[in-house]
Amino acid sequence: MSDASAPSSAFQNCTASAGPAGKTLLETRGLSKNFGGVKAVTDVDFRLGRGELRCLIGPNGAGKSTFFKMLSGQLPPTAGTILFDGSDITGEPPHRIARLGIGIKNQVPSVWDGLSVYEHFFIAAHRRLGARRAAAVADELLMKLGLATLARRDVGALAHGERQWVEIGMTMAQDAKLILLDEPTAGMATDEVERTVALLRDVNVSTSLIIVEHDMQFISMIAGIVTVFHQGRILIEATMENVLANPVVREVYLGAGRPGR
Amino acid sequence: MAPVRLSALEPLLWGACAVVLAVLPFALSTFQVVQITVFLIFCLLAVSLDLSWGLAGLLSFGQAAFFGLGGYAYAILCANDETPGAALAAGIVAGGVAAGLLGYIAFYGRLSAMFLAVTTLVVTLILLQVLGSTADPSYHIGAAVLGGYNGMTNIPSLLPEPTPFFWTVGGLLFLLIVSGRLLMAAPFGRVLAAIRENERRVELLGYDARWHKLAIFALSGAIAGLAGALFASWGGFINPEVFSLAQSAQVVIWVLVGGRGSLYGAAIGAFLVQAMTQYLGSIGTAYTTLVLGALLVSFVLVMPNGLLPTFLRGLSSIGIRQR
Repeated sequence: MSDASAPSSAFQNCTASAGPAGKTLLETRGLSKNFGGVKAVTDVDFRLGRGELRCLIGPNGAGKSTFFKMLSGQLPPTAGTILFDGSDITGEPPHRIARLGIGIKNQVPSVWDGLSVYEHFFIAAHRRLGARRAAAVADELLMKLGLATLARRDVGALAHGERQWVEIGMTMAQDAKLILLDEPTAGMATDEVERTVALLRDVNVSTSLIIVEHDMQFISMIAGIVTVFHQGRILIEATMENVLANPVVREVYLGAGRPGR
Repeated sequence: MAPVRLSALEPLLWGACAVVLAVLPFALSTFQVVQITVFLIFCLLAVSLDLSWGLAGLLSFGQAAFFGLGGYAYAILCANDETPGAALAAGIVAGGVAAGLLGYIAFYGRLSAMFLAVTTLVVTLILLQVLGSTADPSYHIGAAVLGGYNGMTNIPSLLPEPTPFFWTVGGLLFLLIVSGRLLMAAPFGRVLAAIRENERRVELLGYDARWHKLAIFALSGAIAGLAGALFASWGGFINPEVFSLAQSAQVVIWVLVGGRGSLYGAAIGAFLVQAMTQYLGSIGTAYTTLVLGALLVSFVLVMPNGLLPTFLRGLSSIGIRQR
């Protein structure tokens, strides 16, 4: 594992994720997705303020990943609209949504196994920047993520946590206004989770974030407002404290056991 | 499949190849020069497939179709008293447009990779049937009589002398490989490699993968069309056999044997397989197809990556560094 640590200044910027006080960046109205007769997401009204960091939680099959796939254009919604940064992006293809400023890391790591770490960042940045500036962005990200020693390695040869960082780094290279992260710390060791938290706080200074996570420790470290999905609907939206105290949430999501890893 | 990056040694290799191509005709008999010329034309065809399949992961069985269309375009324009140069250009355009149309339907229709392989094969076989049923002299384009399964003969050559024609074909192959290698290392080539590895990821970064795939597929078809026009010029004939199942599979076999993804492998594969076919034919064995079949099976089993990648890995395992 590499030795660099995320910038310490990140910890001073927690206020950026204080709550949905800013102007609306993303809004969904009545968003629904059916797969045949299965209702994966039903009538979701969701709003995210500019600069916010929001966590989505919910049991498996609650519709979180489907929600993400609709936001990023990977799945067309059955009904409802998605408004992003003042424009209607409902049903737009993924590449156009990406150009408008939404970056995503899917649940299953999706990287290019035969390409190097450097190439990942370069290609991500080169969409909007010329070759020289894209190379500079790639170098900067290699340092920031502590992957400089692995720059020329094929991503297929990296450890799971490193692959996750590569994918997070790509969303950063995109210079998105909103980054969607589906389980960014899955498979990471505790120290790696802590580094990821620091990294994401740093990202959140300039970018809004929505993060799907199961790791309660991670969420309590990072989240302001938490949105709970259950059976394709939003169950509750509140601070982590209130969510954990909510008896309905405890029943549907956490079961009888206490929260924790 | 690691992308091969350009090393400092590669221009030296190019220089060596250029010298060999330049002096080779002086060391060979006229017959051999003519023979190697057609091998090099097949190398062009193999490299064209490697550009779409090896680089961008687009497996097409239609390379023979683009090749054949290029050959017919050349023959038809020549028969209508166009200059061989113009006819050659028409061959390039025919291959490129055909690939562009097929690619547009496949990529913009979001059809799967399997669909691309099957469709290109079916289109090739349809062309075999269609051109095969043009035996009646009423099937003609201008002064060009298509001739059914007998095909078209007496096609004028681009360059009647064997040695200048060899140099032209060799020079084109050289240019194709050098510019193809530069393309692979350029940002556009890296995006294509990324599409091969995970197309969705490329789209989620804001790239229009469809356009990239269409561009490389049409380019690949245009090069196959060029090879077809050169082939018609080389032998002075073309017939619908170029659209046969055997021909379609042959191109894929060349690239499989040589190893895909580097362009060099495809050229080496085409050259060796064709030289072997030629040799087996010349010693009069009736088992050419059998031997080639056994060769292919053993390659798939023993060296699934093909000759060149296996050879390079062997070098690096005994301590000679790649890159």
